Amino acid sequence: MHYDTVIIGAGMSGLSAGVRLAYYEKNVCILERHTTVGGLNSFYRLRKRNYDVGLHAVTNYAERGSKPGPLSKLLRQLRMKWEDFDLRPQLHSSIAFPDCTLKFTNDFALLLDQIASAFPKQINGFRRLLGIIDNHDALNLDKAEAPRSARQVLNEHISDPLLIDMLFCPLMFYGSPTPRDMSFSQFVIMFKSIFYEGFGRPFDGIRLILKKLVRHFKSLGGQIRLRAGVSEIVHRNGSAKAVILDDGTEITADNVLSSAGAAETMRMVDPTKVIPRPTPGDISFVESISVLDCEPSSLGHNDTIVFYNDADSFHYERPKEPIDLRSGIICSPNNFDYSRPLEDGRIRITALAEPDYWIQMPEDEYQQRKMEWNDRIIASALKHIPDFRDHVIDTDVFTPRTIQRFTGHDNGCVYGAPEKFANGQTSLKNLYLCGTDQGFLGIVGAMLSGITIANRYLLK
Amino acid sequence: MTGEEIRQVVLEILERIAPDEDLTDLKDAVSFREQMELDSMDFLDIVMELRKAYRIQIPEEDYQNLNSMESTVSYLTPKLKDVPVAS
Repeated sequence: MHYDTVIIGAGMSGLSAGVRLAYYEKNVCILERHTTVGGLNSFYRLRKRNYDVGLHAVTNYAERGSKPGPLSKLLRQLRMKWEDFDLRPQLHSSIAFPDCTLKFTNDFALLLDQIASAFPKQINGFRRLLGIIDNHDALNLDKAEAPRSARQVLNEHISDPLLIDMLFCPLMFYGSPTPRDMSFSQFVIMFKSIFYEGFGRPFDGIRLILKKLVRHFKSLGGQIRLRAGVSEIVHRNGSAKAVILDDGTEITADNVLSSAGAAETMRMVDPTKVIPRPTPGDISFVESISVLDCEPSSLGHNDTIVFYNDADSFHYERPKEPIDLRSGIICSPNNFDYSRPLEDGRIRITALAEPDYWIQMPEDEYQQRKMEWNDRIIASALKHIPDFRDHVIDTDVFTPRTIQRFTGHDNGCVYGAPEKFANGQTSLKNLYLCGTDQGFLGIVGAMLSGITIANRYLLK
Repeated sequence: MTGEEIRQVVLEILERIAPDEDLTDLKDAVSFREQMELDSMDFLDIVMELRKAYRIQIPEEDYQNLNSMESTVSYLTPKLKDVPVAS
């Protein structure tokens, strides 16, 4: 078997790259180790209910036919229609810190108002910051600047550490691979995608988008092989020649595009550790998913997403405890502007987790610890949501161990390595990276990552 | 293809790339960028769509000729004069 390009990983980035290549008549095959597509944004069924793996919300929300942003750019590139994603907008979300709450919606004016009234002395500095954000084209790889610390830029314009923490909180939780700080470029991507554009969700969850992508890819002649993990990338004289699957099958290709992660990919190139490899990230999460017998709104909870922090300052880093209970994210997939209610009520609570604790735990202890910590996460979130525990009819919990097991990402890392490979290049001239370690994050970002790298190197 | 046929081909490509744009009042002498929201990704797509449909290679240094409908048609006319319209 020989292909123009083989793609490792059938997540958002790999599928989108595949669509581009297949559309332009490239002979392309996507190889996925798992039994289903999606990667970090997959879906599953458990005890007769549908679950999304990672998705709280799709960022970069845009109304149908609205002015160009990443979402419309993406749809154009994939030759897909707005209806294919069927995004319904969020109701409203909040950033809840001790003694201060900022509300926001998909209309940025509300957040601006909220900041002006909660932080009157900071609003001029905040406006200056907006000017810099507006002029920063973070998605253009040709204009890439030397990495700058977002914290440093924010400190130049905002003097209240509380406001800085409150701005960082949602942006870090939804996409920072680095602890305590972000690169300014990453900050801008996240700021625009969450505060300017906002949140949306398809009624049927992520499976709708994935199924559309797969159908589209196949209709263009692309091939997908599930249960086809790549164990090795064969190379000679600095270029990749073939991939070897877990079952020993060899597939040759002119190019290899990997969404497996930088460290994970270089391990396939050289399993013996001779060359220095990129360091994988270690920011990971535990998530508690509660299925309710009612809509969260009937209990008085109308927020789509609450980003909370109960400590004096916000700590975004690998915790020393199994789970950092001081901060977290509460998401209710019910609280989007749908035309009819979802099948059941859902509350997802997510918090930073210590990967080693979860990954190295003996199997017989794991289930019990998971449920213990599930109860503790919920208890710690009750300052920010009415007590829903009497309404829980089913529970699922994922940990860094779950993420590592199903996505192959070291440490169960969700947002990739701190070091990004924006131009997608590796030490092999025809091996490229896309996905979290390339650097565009979020669902829309992941798709743009695959598209951008495919356009740049693989369509020639 | 005649110039008018080439214009039609380019128009169909633009419709595919940017389905939300209203192209009925497109002015041939004015640059695409001034009339539509097109970025470098979209320009790459015009080139790629032409290659897919008519097997013509457009080198990167020639991309400037694809600035407006008028310049695109005059650039493509010698390249496509003996090529029939694809079905």
